[in-house]
Amino acid sequence: MELLKVENVTKKYITKKALENMNMTIEEGKIYGLLGPNGSGKTTLMKMIAGLIQPSSGKIEIMEKKIGKESKQMVSYMPTSNHLPKWMKIEQCIGYYDDYFEDFDREKAKELIDFMGLKENLKVGALSTGMLGRLKLSLVLSRNAKLYVLDEPLNGIDPISREKIMQTILNACQEENTVIISSHLVKELETILDEVIFLEKGNVVLSGNAENFRIEKGMSMDELYREVYKDA
Amino acid sequence: MDFDARIPIYFQIIEKIKKEIILGKLQRGEKLPSVRSMASELKVNVNTMQRVYQELEREGITFTQRGTGSFVTEDNGMIQKIKDDMAQGLIKSFVEGMKELGFDREGIIENVNEYIEEA
Repeated sequence: MELLKVENVTKKYITKKALENMNMTIEEGKIYGLLGPNGSGKTTLMKMIAGLIQPSSGKIEIMEKKIGKESKQMVSYMPTSNHLPKWMKIEQCIGYYDDYFEDFDREKAKELIDFMGLKENLKVGALSTGMLGRLKLSLVLSRNAKLYVLDEPLNGIDPISREKIMQTILNACQEENTVIISSHLVKELETILDEVIFLEKGNVVLSGNAENFRIEKGMSMDELYREVYKDA
Repeated sequence: MDFDARIPIYFQIIEKIKKEIILGKLQRGEKLPSVRSMASELKVNVNTMQRVYQELEREGITFTQRGTGSFVTEDNGMIQKIKDDMAQGLIKSFVEGMKELGFDREGIIENVNEYIEEA
Protein backbone atom coordinates (compact mmCIF):
# COMPACT_ATOMS: atom_id res chain seq x y z
CA MET A 1 0.00 0.00 0.00
CA GLU A 2 1.16 3.50 -0.84
CA LEU A 3 2.26 5.47 2.19
CA LEU A 4 4.04 8.52 0.84
CA LYS A 5 3.84 10.33 -2.44
CA VAL A 6 6.19 13.04 -3.67
CA GLU A 7 4.82 14.86 -6.72
CA ASN A 8 6.77 17.33 -8.85
CA VAL A 9 8.50 18.73 -5.80
CA THR A 10 10.99 21.56 -6.22
CA LYS A 11 12.84 23.28 -3.41
CA LYS A 12 14.72 26.47 -4.17
CA TYR A 13 17.06 28.19 -1.81
CA ILE A 14 18.30 31.67 -2.59
CA THR A 15 21.33 30.58 -4.56
CA LYS A 16 20.49 27.04 -5.66
CA LYS A 17 17.86 24.40 -6.24
CA ALA A 18 18.03 21.58 -3.68
CA LEU A 19 15.29 19.48 -5.32
CA GLU A 20 14.11 19.74 -8.86
CA ASN A 21 10.75 18.35 -9.98
CA MET A 22 11.14 15.21 -7.86
CA ASN A 23 8.68 12.33 -7.99
CA MET A 24 8.63 9.18 -5.88
CA THR A 25 6.31 6.87 -3.98
CA ILE A 26 7.04 4.93 -0.81
CA GLU A 27 5.11 1.81 0.15
CA GLU A 28 4.11 0.57 3.56
CA GLY A 29 6.09 -2.11 5.40
CA LYS A 30 9.45 -1.67 3.70
CA ILE A 31 12.90 -0.32 4.50
CA TYR A 32 14.13 2.24 1.98
CA GLY A 33 17.68 3.41 1.46
CA LEU A 34 17.86 7.03 0.30
CA LEU A 35 21.29 7.09 -1.23
CA GLY A 36 23.50 9.69 -2.82
CA PRO A 37 26.54 11.91 -2.31
CA ASN A 38 26.47 15.08 -0.21
CA GLY A 39 24.34 17.78 -1.79
CA SER A 40 22.11 15.36 -3.71
CA GLY A 41 19.02 16.44 -1.75
CA LYS A 42 18.64 13.67 0.85
CA THR A 43 18.38 15.92 3.90
CA THR A 44 16.15 18.49 2.16
CA LEU A 45 13.71 15.74 1.17
CA MET A 46 13.70 14.22 4.65
CA LYS A 47 13.08 17.56 6.34
CA MET A 48 10.16 18.11 3.99
CA ILE A 49 8.66 14.72 4.78
CA ALA A 50 9.00 15.58 8.46
CA GLY A 51 7.18 18.87 7.82
CA LEU A 52 10.08 21.08 8.92
CA ILE A 53 10.44 22.89 5.61
CA GLN A 54 7.99 23.52 2.78
CA PRO A 55 8.44 22.74 -0.91
CA SER A 56 8.70 25.75 -3.22
CA SER A 57 6.31 23.94 -5.56
CA GLY A 58 4.73 20.49 -5.92
CA LYS A 59 3.20 18.43 -3.13
CA ILE A 60 3.99 15.69 -0.64
CA GLU A 61 1.25 13.48 0.79
CA ILE A 62 1.36 10.89 3.55
CA MET A 63 -1.58 8.50 3.50
CA GLU A 64 -3.30 10.91 1.13
CA LYS A 65 -2.94 13.85 3.51
CA LYS A 66 -0.84 16.89 2.72
CA ILE A 67 2.12 17.46 5.00
CA GLY A 68 0.87 19.27 8.09
CA LYS A 69 -0.21 18.76 11.65
CA GLU A 70 -1.78 15.35 10.98
CA SER A 71 1.11 14.00 8.93
CA LYS A 72 3.60 15.13 11.57
CA GLN A 73 1.98 12.73 14.00
CA MET A 74 2.68 9.85 11.63
CA VAL A 75 6.34 10.70 11.03
CA SER A 76 9.18 10.17 13.48
CA TYR A 77 12.23 12.03 12.24
CA MET A 78 15.85 11.74 13.34
CA PRO A 79 18.02 14.67 12.21
CA THR A 80 21.76 14.38 11.68
CA SER A 81 22.51 17.07 14.23
CA ASN A 82 22.00 16.76 17.97
CA HIS A 83 18.56 18.08 18.88
CA LEU A 84 18.81 17.21 22.59
CA PRO A 85 19.97 19.83 25.14
CA LYS A 86 23.41 19.01 26.59
CA TRP A 87 22.35 19.59 30.20
CA MET A 88 19.59 16.96 30.09
CA LYS A 89 20.02 13.54 31.60
CA ILE A 90 18.84 10.61 29.49
CA GLU A 91 15.88 10.08 31.82
CA GLN A 92 14.86 13.71 31.25
CA CYS A 93 15.12 13.18 27.48
CA ILE A 94 12.65 10.32 27.85
CA GLY A 95 10.29 12.61 29.80
CA TYR A 96 10.70 15.35 27.18
CA TYR A 97 9.75 13.00 24.34
CA ASP A 98 6.92 11.56 26.41
CA ASP A 99 5.46 15.06 26.97
CA TYR A 100 5.92 16.10 23.39
CA PHE A 101 4.69 13.07 21.43
CA GLU A 102 1.37 11.39 22.10
CA ASP A 103 2.51 8.14 20.46
CA PHE A 104 5.66 7.87 22.57
CA ASP A 105 6.07 4.53 24.37
CA ARG A 106 8.03 5.15 27.59
CA GLU A 107 8.53 1.45 28.34
CA LYS A 108 9.86 0.78 24.86
CA ALA A 109 12.28 3.71 25.21
CA LYS A 110 13.62 2.35 28.51
CA GLU A 111 14.06 -1.09 26.96
CA LEU A 112 15.84 0.28 23.89
CA ILE A 113 18.11 2.54 25.92
CA ASP A 114 19.06 -0.42 28.07
CA PHE A 115 19.64 -2.61 24.99
CA MET A 116 21.85 0.15 23.57
CA GLY A 117 23.99 -0.03 26.71
CA LEU A 118 23.11 3.45 27.97
CA LYS A 119 22.46 4.51 31.56
CA GLU A 120 19.55 6.82 32.27
CA ASN A 121 21.48 9.02 34.69
CA LEU A 122 24.05 10.08 32.06
CA LYS A 123 23.96 13.63 30.74
CA VAL A 124 23.63 14.27 26.99
CA GLY A 125 26.74 16.46 27.10
CA ALA A 126 28.82 13.58 28.48
CA LEU A 127 27.97 11.12 25.69
CA SER A 128 30.37 10.08 22.93
CA THR A 129 29.23 10.42 19.31
CA GLY A 130 28.32 6.73 19.19
CA MET A 131 26.35 6.89 22.44
CA LEU A 132 24.50 10.01 21.32
CA GLY A 133 23.63 8.32 18.04
CA ARG A 134 22.25 5.34 19.95
CA LEU A 135 20.23 7.62 22.25
CA LYS A 136 18.73 9.65 19.38
CA LEU A 137 17.70 6.49 17.58
CA SER A 138 16.22 4.90 20.74
CA LEU A 139 14.00 7.95 21.27
CA VAL A 140 12.93 8.26 17.66
CA LEU A 141 12.07 4.56 17.35
CA SER A 142 10.10 4.59 20.61
CA ARG A 143 7.33 6.53 18.95
CA ASN A 144 4.62 4.36 17.42
CA ALA A 145 4.86 6.17 14.09
CA LYS A 146 3.81 5.04 10.61
CA LEU A 147 7.00 6.31 9.08
CA TYR A 148 10.51 6.59 10.54
CA VAL A 149 12.78 9.00 8.72
CA LEU A 150 16.40 8.54 9.75
CA ASP A 151 18.97 10.97 8.41
CA GLU A 152 22.42 9.35 8.38
CA PRO A 153 21.95 7.16 11.48
CA LEU A 154 25.32 5.46 10.89
CA ASN A 155 27.49 8.49 10.21
CA GLY A 156 30.38 8.84 12.66
CA ILE A 157 29.24 5.77 14.58
CA ASP A 158 31.69 3.08 15.69
CA PRO A 159 31.22 -0.50 14.37
CA ILE A 160 29.78 -1.91 17.61
CA SER A 161 27.19 0.85 17.85
CA ARG A 162 26.41 0.39 14.16
CA GLU A 163 25.53 -3.24 14.69
CA LYS A 164 23.15 -2.38 17.53
CA ILE A 165 21.60 0.43 15.52
CA MET A 166 20.98 -1.81 12.52
CA GLN A 167 19.43 -4.49 14.68
CA THR A 168 17.13 -1.94 16.31
CA ILE A 169 16.06 -0.53 12.95
CA LEU A 170 15.30 -4.04 11.69
CA ASN A 171 13.17 -4.79 14.73
CA ALA A 172 11.36 -1.47 14.38
CA CYS A 173 10.13 -2.18 10.88
CA GLN A 174 6.91 -4.15 11.18
CA GLU A 175 4.38 -4.86 8.46
CA GLU A 176 2.46 -1.68 9.09
CA ASN A 177 5.32 0.81 9.26
CA THR A 178 8.04 2.03 7.02
CA VAL A 179 11.63 3.20 7.43
CA ILE A 180 13.59 5.60 5.22
CA ILE A 181 17.33 5.70 5.93
CA SER A 182 19.65 8.13 4.23
CA SER A 183 23.27 7.17 3.93
CA HIS A 184 26.34 7.07 1.80
CA LEU A 185 27.60 4.02 3.72
CA VAL A 186 25.82 1.57 1.44
CA LYS A 187 27.92 -1.44 2.43
CA GLU A 188 26.61 -1.30 5.98
CA LEU A 189 23.01 -1.35 4.82
CA GLU A 190 23.18 -4.10 2.15
CA THR A 191 21.28 -6.79 4.01
CA ILE A 192 18.61 -4.62 5.59
CA LEU A 193 17.27 -2.57 2.67
CA ASP A 194 14.23 -3.61 0.64
CA GLU A 195 14.36 -0.74 -1.79
CA VAL A 196 17.06 1.68 -2.89
CA ILE A 197 16.54 5.22 -4.19
CA PHE A 198 19.53 6.97 -5.71
CA LEU A 199 19.45 10.77 -5.73
CA GLU A 200 21.56 13.09 -7.79
CA LYS A 201 21.34 16.88 -8.00
CA GLY A 202 17.91 16.96 -6.43
CA ASN A 203 16.31 14.20 -8.42
CA VAL A 204 15.84 10.42 -8.47
CA VAL A 205 18.26 8.85 -10.94
CA LEU A 206 17.51 5.21 -10.20
CA SER A 207 15.26 3.29 -7.82
CA GLY A 208 14.08 -0.26 -7.29
CA ASN A 209 14.13 -3.43 -5.23
CA ALA A 210 17.60 -4.32 -3.93
CA GLU A 211 17.19 -8.08 -4.49
CA ASN A 212 15.94 -7.53 -8.03
CA PHE A 213 18.95 -5.33 -8.80
CA ARG A 214 21.20 -8.15 -7.55
CA ILE A 215 19.43 -10.61 -9.86
CA GLU A 216 19.43 -8.32 -12.91
CA LYS A 217 22.85 -6.77 -12.55
CA GLY A 218 24.79 -9.25 -10.42
CA MET A 219 25.95 -6.29 -8.38
CA SER A 220 25.88 -5.40 -4.70
CA MET A 221 24.14 -2.13 -3.82
CA ASP A 222 27.58 -0.73 -3.00
CA GLU A 223 28.79 -1.55 -6.52
CA LEU A 224 25.60 -0.17 -8.01
CA TYR A 225 26.17 3.04 -6.04
CA ARG A 226 29.65 3.37 -7.55
CA GLU A 227 28.24 2.71 -11.01
CA VAL A 228 25.48 5.32 -10.64
CA TYR A 229 27.83 8.05 -9.42
CA LYS A 230 30.93 7.20 -11.44
CA ASP A 231 30.67 10.41 -13.48
CA ALA A 232 29.48 12.58 -10.60
CA MET B 1 25.82 -15.41 8.51
CA ASP B 2 28.10 -13.62 6.05
CA PHE B 3 26.46 -12.75 2.78
CA ASP B 4 27.87 -12.10 -0.66
CA ALA B 5 26.14 -8.80 -1.44
CA ARG B 6 26.32 -9.48 -5.18
CA ILE B 7 23.97 -12.46 -4.90
CA PRO B 8 20.35 -12.03 -3.79
CA ILE B 9 20.24 -12.41 -0.01
CA TYR B 10 17.08 -14.55 -0.09
CA PHE B 11 18.78 -16.96 -2.45
CA GLN B 12 21.73 -17.45 -0.07
CA ILE B 13 19.40 -18.11 2.85
CA ILE B 14 17.49 -20.72 0.81
CA GLU B 15 20.77 -22.53 0.07
CA LYS B 16 21.68 -22.47 3.76
CA ILE B 17 18.32 -23.95 4.76
CA LYS B 18 18.57 -26.63 2.07
CA LYS B 19 21.99 -27.62 3.40
CA GLU B 20 20.63 -27.85 6.92
CA ILE B 21 17.87 -30.15 5.72
CA ILE B 22 20.32 -32.42 3.89
CA LEU B 23 22.62 -32.57 6.90
CA GLY B 24 19.69 -33.34 9.18
CA LYS B 25 20.18 -30.18 11.25
CA LEU B 26 16.61 -29.50 10.25
CA GLN B 27 14.64 -32.73 10.55
CA ARG B 28 11.82 -34.00 8.36
CA GLY B 29 8.57 -32.45 9.54
CA GLU B 30 10.34 -30.03 11.87
CA LYS B 31 8.80 -26.63 12.44
CA LEU B 32 10.80 -23.69 11.14
CA PRO B 33 11.22 -20.60 13.35
CA SER B 34 8.84 -17.74 12.55
CA VAL B 35 9.77 -15.39 9.72
CA ARG B 36 10.38 -12.60 12.20
CA SER B 37 12.67 -14.54 14.55
CA MET B 38 14.62 -16.04 11.65
CA ALA B 39 15.05 -12.55 10.14
CA SER B 40 16.22 -11.20 13.45
CA GLU B 41 18.68 -14.08 13.94
CA LEU B 42 20.23 -13.67 10.49
CA LYS B 43 20.02 -9.85 10.73
CA VAL B 44 18.10 -9.45 7.51
CA ASN B 45 14.96 -7.69 6.48
CA VAL B 46 11.62 -9.35 7.28
CA ASN B 47 10.49 -9.02 3.65
CA THR B 48 13.62 -10.85 2.50
CA MET B 49 12.81 -13.66 4.92
CA GLN B 50 9.21 -13.70 3.73
CA ARG B 51 10.51 -14.25 0.23
CA VAL B 52 12.67 -17.16 1.47
CA TYR B 53 9.69 -18.88 3.06
CA GLN B 54 7.49 -18.33 0.01
CA GLU B 55 10.13 -19.74 -2.30
CA LEU B 56 10.77 -22.78 -0.08
CA GLU B 57 7.08 -23.53 -0.09
CA ARG B 58 6.76 -23.01 -3.83
CA GLU B 59 9.56 -25.53 -4.38
CA GLY B 60 7.80 -28.00 -2.10
CA ILE B 61 10.62 -28.01 0.44
CA THR B 62 8.36 -26.77 3.21
CA PHE B 63 4.63 -26.67 3.76
CA THR B 64 2.47 -24.33 5.78
CA GLN B 65 -0.12 -25.34 8.27
CA ARG B 66 -2.67 -22.62 8.73
CA GLY B 67 -2.01 -20.74 11.92
CA THR B 68 0.83 -22.94 13.12
CA GLY B 69 3.72 -22.10 10.82
CA SER B 70 6.07 -23.62 8.25
CA PHE B 71 7.35 -27.19 8.43
CA VAL B 72 10.08 -29.11 6.59
CA THR B 73 8.65 -31.58 4.09
CA GLU B 74 8.24 -35.18 5.26
CA ASP B 75 8.78 -36.46 1.77
CA ASN B 76 12.09 -38.37 1.62
CA GLY B 77 12.07 -38.20 -2.16
CA MET B 78 12.03 -34.42 -1.94
CA ILE B 79 14.97 -34.34 0.45
CA GLN B 80 16.89 -36.65 -1.89
CA LYS B 81 16.00 -34.33 -4.77
CA ILE B 82 17.40 -31.28 -2.94
CA LYS B 83 20.61 -33.23 -2.34
CA ASP B 84 20.82 -34.31 -5.98
CA ASP B 85 20.17 -30.76 -7.21
CA MET B 86 22.89 -29.33 -5.00
CA ALA B 87 25.33 -32.07 -6.08
CA GLN B 88 24.53 -31.34 -9.73
CA GLY B 89 25.25 -27.66 -9.12
CA LEU B 90 28.66 -28.42 -7.61
CA ILE B 91 29.58 -30.89 -10.35
CA LYS B 92 28.51 -28.51 -13.08
CA SER B 93 30.70 -25.67 -11.88
CA PHE B 94 33.62 -28.05 -11.25
CA VAL B 95 33.43 -29.71 -14.69
CA GLU B 96 33.06 -26.36 -16.44
CA GLY B 97 36.11 -25.07 -14.58
CA MET B 98 38.16 -28.14 -15.52
CA LYS B 99 37.11 -27.89 -19.18
CA GLU B 100 38.21 -24.26 -19.20
CA LEU B 101 41.61 -25.46 -18.04
CA GLY B 102 41.68 -27.84 -21.03
CA PHE B 103 40.97 -31.18 -19.32
CA ASP B 104 38.97 -33.79 -21.23
CA ARG B 105 36.71 -36.47 -19.74
CA GLU B 106 39.54 -38.86 -18.88
CA GLY B 107 41.69 -36.07 -17.48
CA ILE B 108 38.91 -34.87 -15.19
CA ILE B 109 38.12 -38.36 -13.88
CA GLU B 110 41.81 -39.13 -13.37
CA ASN B 111 42.29 -35.94 -11.37
CA VAL B 112 39.25 -36.61 -9.22
CA ASN B 113 40.40 -40.19 -8.50
CA GLU B 114 43.89 -39.04 -7.58
CA TYR B 115 42.53 -36.36 -5.31
CA ILE B 116 40.17 -38.72 -3.50
CA GLU B 117 42.92 -41.31 -2.98
CA GLU B 118 45.30 -38.72 -1.53
CA ALA B 119 42.72 -37.09 0.71
